[in-house]
Amino acid sequence: MAPLSGAALIENRSANSEGVGTGTKIKLSIRSVGKSYGAVTALADASLELAEGELLTLLGPSGSGKTTLLMMVAGLVPPTSGEVWIDGKLATYTPPDKRDIGIVFQNYALFPHLTVFENIAFPLRMRRMRTADIASAVARALDIVQLPRVAERVPRELSGGQQQRIALARCMVYSPSIILMDEPLGALDRQLRDQMQLEIKSLHRRLGITVLYVTHDQEEAMAMSDRICLLNHGRIEQIGTPEDLYFSPRSLFAAEFLGESNTLDARVGDGGRLVGPGGLVMRVKDDGGTKPGERVKLLVRPERLHVLADGERADNVAEGELVETVFAGGLTRYFVRLADGVMLSGKELTDQTGDRLRQGMPVRIGWRAEHALVLRPE
Amino acid sequence: MTVAVQPALRPPRGQSAWVQAWPVYPLVVLLLAIFVFPVGQILALSLFDPAGQPTAANYVRVVTTPVYLQTLAITFEIAGWTTALALLGGYPVAYLLAHASARARDTLTLLVLMPFWTSFLVRTFAWMILLGRNGAVNRLLISLGITDAPVSLIFNFTGVMIGMVHAMMPLGILAMLSVMQRIDITLVSAARTLGARGGQAFWRIYFPLSLPGVAAGGLLVFITALGFFITPALLGGRREIMISQVIISVVQELMNWRFAGALSVVLLVAAGMVFYLYDRLLGISTLSGGAAAETASQRRPGLMGRAGAFIGRRLIAALGALADRVAELREAMPALGPARSNRRASRPLLWAISGAVIAFLCLPALFVIPVSFTAGTFIEFPPQGFSLRWYATYWNSPGWIDATIRSLIVAVCTAFLATVLGTAAAFALVRKKIAGRGAILALALAPLVLPRIIIAVALFYLYARLGLLGTNSGLVLGHTVLAVPYVLITVMAVLRTYDERLDQAARTLGASACRTLYYITLPQIRPGIIAAFLFAFITSFDDLTIALFVSGGKTSTLPRQMWNDLLLQVNPTLAAVSTVILVFVTVFIVLAETLRRRATSRAG
Repeated sequence: MAPLSGAALIENRSANSEGVGTGTKIKLSIRSVGKSYGAVTALADASLELAEGELLTLLGPSGSGKTTLLMMVAGLVPPTSGEVWIDGKLATYTPPDKRDIGIVFQNYALFPHLTVFENIAFPLRMRRMRTADIASAVARALDIVQLPRVAERVPRELSGGQQQRIALARCMVYSPSIILMDEPLGALDRQLRDQMQLEIKSLHRRLGITVLYVTHDQEEAMAMSDRICLLNHGRIEQIGTPEDLYFSPRSLFAAEFLGESNTLDARVGDGGRLVGPGGLVMRVKDDGGTKPGERVKLLVRPERLHVLADGERADNVAEGELVETVFAGGLTRYFVRLADGVMLSGKELTDQTGDRLRQGMPVRIGWRAEHALVLRPE
Repeated sequence: MTVAVQPALRPPRGQSAWVQAWPVYPLVVLLLAIFVFPVGQILALSLFDPAGQPTAANYVRVVTTPVYLQTLAITFEIAGWTTALALLGGYPVAYLLAHASARARDTLTLLVLMPFWTSFLVRTFAWMILLGRNGAVNRLLISLGITDAPVSLIFNFTGVMIGMVHAMMPLGILAMLSVMQRIDITLVSAARTLGARGGQAFWRIYFPLSLPGVAAGGLLVFITALGFFITPALLGGRREIMISQVIISVVQELMNWRFAGALSVVLLVAAGMVFYLYDRLLGISTLSGGAAAETASQRRPGLMGRAGAFIGRRLIAALGALADRVAELREAMPALGPARSNRRASRPLLWAISGAVIAFLCLPALFVIPVSFTAGTFIEFPPQGFSLRWYATYWNSPGWIDATIRSLIVAVCTAFLATVLGTAAAFALVRKKIAGRGAILALALAPLVLPRIIIAVALFYLYARLGLLGTNSGLVLGHTVLAVPYVLITVMAVLRTYDERLDQAARTLGASACRTLYYITLPQIRPGIIAAFLFAFITSFDDLTIALFVSGGKTSTLPRQMWNDLLLQVNPTLAAVSTVILVFVTVFIVLAETLRRRATSRAG
């Protein structure tokens, strides 16, 4: 077991600089893994690969199976079916202590009866490393998380953010193949969360570690991930980069779980046209392989809507009444009620809206054909 | 990587639920052998005659002999009055404990727990000192001029009541406390803002919510009281003979196992009937502190349930109204001042009543201390002069010292065995999905509710044939059955608050299951395990019932030795021994309780 040495760091960094998905080593491979408790299926037939140096997020609402999947990768829960491969070795039923993985738990799981030093030294002692090497490895790990002076304290004397960093240090000190993070920022307040997101991201880049990250917070997932694996009801909905998931969601669930969206009921007409609420005819660039007559959902992100000036044209235009504007700093949100009562919400930069938007005024809303997405209802 | 990862192609052994449950097996085997089998045997014995033919003769004899029916009636009478008085006196104390500040609660709980754990014989002996013809109470009454001649406080119903209520009240308080602690006190404030006076708010809102606790406490006290024999034997008169005493004499004097078995069945059926009635009226789930809303009377409103609920509601409304009339009267009297709020006026009253009750629980045992230093040859209060002669008598008596040493050895072995078996079982019961988990738990906790006298008689019968009578190992096995429930309850509570993710973290950090247990789990739950050990120690050290049958003569334990002296020749040596036990046990309990608290609060 290589301790976290300078040479290892540089080596890792160069490995990472090759980038993700360009023939780099596969660190984790999950093949058709399923878990059921009696008649209840917690996870069905999940397959997933994680490349070296990648940060992949398991995202989904609670009960979607993301923690179950993480626990099976860790070896803390045995899968009902399928295989887990870690570092090219079959590890489906390997006990957790023989898997060479690390976990950062939501509540950090720092051992309350041990000092910070002993917490970080624990994985090294379990690997029977020499005492002198342990001391220097722990010191380096504390340096990396920028807490060099807390070694002799016990966990409960540290703040939440500090405990979080110690948990990270304990996990990185033995350079495991994969680091699993189970909602690691869930217990922190908003401001500390944003800061720790940046720190974890930068540690990930600097050290080239491979991370499987679990969260239910879509903003966090988009901010941190190389790729996101979206789960719902024990199934993988979609795997892709944050951009993929945001701009090309493959299901209504994916579209609505990531970011905000307006969804309109529509029926497919001829030649890339859809008939929406109140007979509104809408053009789309891609009809998503739907057939004429099919009932579909049309999705448009709020930031894709524009309040049209007099005489301005757009691919799609809807008329309605501006019911509400909400000032949110740099952005202003507005809500438009169309003739038949359907509400659309839009977002514009505040300095662009200026005084244009007044409550109760009639407005025309426009969006481009390629910004509307056709999805089948679930 | 120094650890070669062998690909594991199939689930490792130990995935099977039966294999995973292994830590409970030693305990289950012990309980089946030393508890279920002998008790079942002694009960079955009552149905057969010596020739092995089925017979109802033993039961016919119970039913047709007036003295046994009379004993049964007295047993119920004593248990019933004990229950009523213990609940009445315990309720304000439980209320105070539930809603006092955390610090006050800790201290007060300890004061209530102390008499619960302090040697039963010592406490009964203390009442003998206090209530005797020339006891402290009578001396006080005479010197105050309240009476001219000593009042009969002992060897009658009064004496039994004082002793029994004193012994049972802590149990009732703890049962009520566990429910009251979960009542949201803001509900009472809400009722006040909705226009209820203090009395109405208490009787209509708080009291009904606390009833499951009262019922659970009542059940526990009643069932436990049914099996008593120490208090009626030492404090009662000729009339106050309870069924356990009859069982003892049937076994020890008549050696009639079959009839003793029949009497045990009668005692069990009596206890079972109380359980049944309780379940019909309130639902057994309230025992484990289930929500008040889940009571049986609401789930399946039978005739009895509905009638009970109707009467209950009327009674509560009447009590609320009565409390408010009293409050109005008081407000109407200018001397007391209408400005004072009801709550503030009732607070000192609550403290005064609770204080008196707690003093009743804690103080009597202390009277053995001055008596033990008497220079006279009789037990009297106030003691004559000062000397250590009775301590010397104790120290120089081989009988007493042997008994003390034997009790210590047996208690240490019991505590060790019970802690190991109970802790292992607690781990499996809390952490693994075990088929029949409820049944195993019920089996392991059964020695708490089953009258001890039945276990003792059953063990006597079993040991007589195994040659274990009068042996330390026989005592240890029997005491382990009694002590295991306390270990199980303590360790399971600690494990439930233990964050299992710490173990998961250790596993993923490279520790094997054994090293995780040794380096991570055990160091953190150590206080809980030590507390369990101490409780098990005390259970064994204080037990008279099992020792009464299994030990004797030269193999007496300390309680057995005390019992003999208490029956035959009450002397100041007993006071000296009692003082030693009192100090020893008090230190133990304070230690155990402190450790237990530290263990369960750590995870929070």
